[in-house]
Amino acid sequence: MKFKGRAWRFGTNIDTDAIIPARYLNTSDPDELAKHCMEDADPGFVTAMKPGDIIVADSNFGCGSSREHAPIAIKAAGVSCVIARSFARIFYRNAFNMGLPIFECGDAVDGISEGDTIEVDAATGEMLNVTSQRKFRAHPIPPFMQELIASGGLMKYAQMRRLQRD
Amino acid sequence: MGMTVTEKILARHAGLETVAPGQIINATIDVALGNDITAPIAIDEFRKNGGKRVFDRSKIVLVPDHFTPNKDIQSARQCQILRKFAKEQNLVYYFDQGTVGIEHALLPEQGIVVPGDVVIGADSHTCTYGALGAFATGVGSTDLAYAMMTGEAWFRVPETIRFVYKGTLPPWVDGKDLILFTIGDIGVEGARYKAMEFAGEVISELSMAARFSMANMAIEAGAKNGIFVPDDTTLAYVEERKTRDFMVYHSDPDAAFAEIREYDVSSLELQVAFPSLPSNVRGISDVGTVPIDQVVIGSCTNGRIEDLRTAARILKGGTVAPHVRLIIIPATPTVYKQALEEGLLTIFIESNAVISPPTCGPCLGGHMGILAPGERAVATTNRNFVGRMGDPQSEVYLAGVAVAAASALLGKIGGPKDL
Repeated sequence: MKFKGRAWRFGTNIDTDAIIPARYLNTSDPDELAKHCMEDADPGFVTAMKPGDIIVADSNFGCGSSREHAPIAIKAAGVSCVIARSFARIFYRNAFNMGLPIFECGDAVDGISEGDTIEVDAATGEMLNVTSQRKFRAHPIPPFMQELIASGGLMKYAQMRRLQRD
Repeated sequence: MGMTVTEKILARHAGLETVAPGQIINATIDVALGNDITAPIAIDEFRKNGGKRVFDRSKIVLVPDHFTPNKDIQSARQCQILRKFAKEQNLVYYFDQGTVGIEHALLPEQGIVVPGDVVIGADSHTCTYGALGAFATGVGSTDLAYAMMTGEAWFRVPETIRFVYKGTLPPWVDGKDLILFTIGDIGVEGARYKAMEFAGEVISELSMAARFSMANMAIEAGAKNGIFVPDDTTLAYVEERKTRDFMVYHSDPDAAFAEIREYDVSSLELQVAFPSLPSNVRGISDVGTVPIDQVVIGSCTNGRIEDLRTAARILKGGTVAPHVRLIIIPATPTVYKQALEEGLLTIFIESNAVISPPTCGPCLGGHMGILAPGERAVATTNRNFVGRMGDPQSEVYLAGVAVAAASALLGKIGGPKDL
């Protein structure tokens, strides 16, 4: 799968309260959550972004709470993938479990500016900054995580394993 | 090569002789926890994927504690989903109004988590149970759904950083100060993906409440889990409340640690984390003059009876500063009752504090004490991110109970010495 979209730059330690503030967690409806995606980091983000756009953040993206509402809000807002120097562990885990593509790549973070057009090949982790014509490659995804993605997320993986056991 | 306590617990639950950092394992789960924010998504996933019965009705624990007592219609609907599911599945451990408390104070108190367990919770502060010598970590709702179905979870075995605390703690300095200082030292991603193992002569002097505070905030350094090896204090706490038999694991003398950090804490000051990261820590003497509007004493970090006793020692005979709101939240009904019987609630009321029912409430900006733009709070909670307790223009300063209670009387951030 390939993604192409405009880059939205965010800084370090973007926490889950910034991604989806707890004041909106009295629902788990993806469309409702999407309306407030990144609200406390950039209140104008949701109205300005277009489907397919890409979040590019520095280190420790998604730190804080375990709320799966964070990757849900990002995915439901139409963000195609997230590139960061590093991800906090629960966010990393949640993204794979529920199917939001994420890529760890410090070089890409250093080589992408706000508004650049980016192409990402999800299978190979190769990225192209169309605007500057620079290429990057994400850290390889561990084999087990690749298996999760291939199955379509953790719950599909569970079904697959159950079928195998039966 | 020996193993750390974390590695031993994970190996045992994966049915393996040994495990090593980086290895991906499938482990059986002793307890899987959800709350009113995270469980509705898990229950939905469980049903969508053909779930009929949870794998073990005594191992799935549901605690509606975040927006309860229901703060609005939407929250009431979320809680209703949990209530119906708990009834349908005949769950042994479902807590509702009158029995419900803040999950990470409630589960240890009720003996639901015991040493040697593997616990996952769809709440990042699940790492709190590491204080009991259990492996406990926060996960998302999908992981909870998977555990409901299979009784298992996947883990990457973490490297361990060992923190050794030496010396003698000065008066009023407590577990919260130790963990704030440690996070200040290593940063909010200083232990990312890793286990934090807490040890040293200072630790053996700490109450269980102080150890829960420390393990609770391991996540604020990015850690997968925080853990203490059980000692006599742990065993005394567990024996009187356990619901199951338990296993005590120790780290081997030749266990491999990613790093060992030693601190002499004999001259450690009370600590305050300034907005908007838990690592933005200063000693109380470097705080300067910071006027405040609100103080919150409570949460899964500091809402236990020991914490309320500390608050009462400071508040007794005093009055909250004019224009400051002090909110005290006993973490569980048992803590509430104990505080009542010990006369602590009278002290709080006489100081002009308001006492909230057990709830996460203001900690995550839910209800029961939300901040307006420009307002500042001192809180014994665990996060001070932008907008955490209310408006994005408000500020949260994290501290232990001694600083929080003293600040309420002073009207600005200070410690008991400033009174």
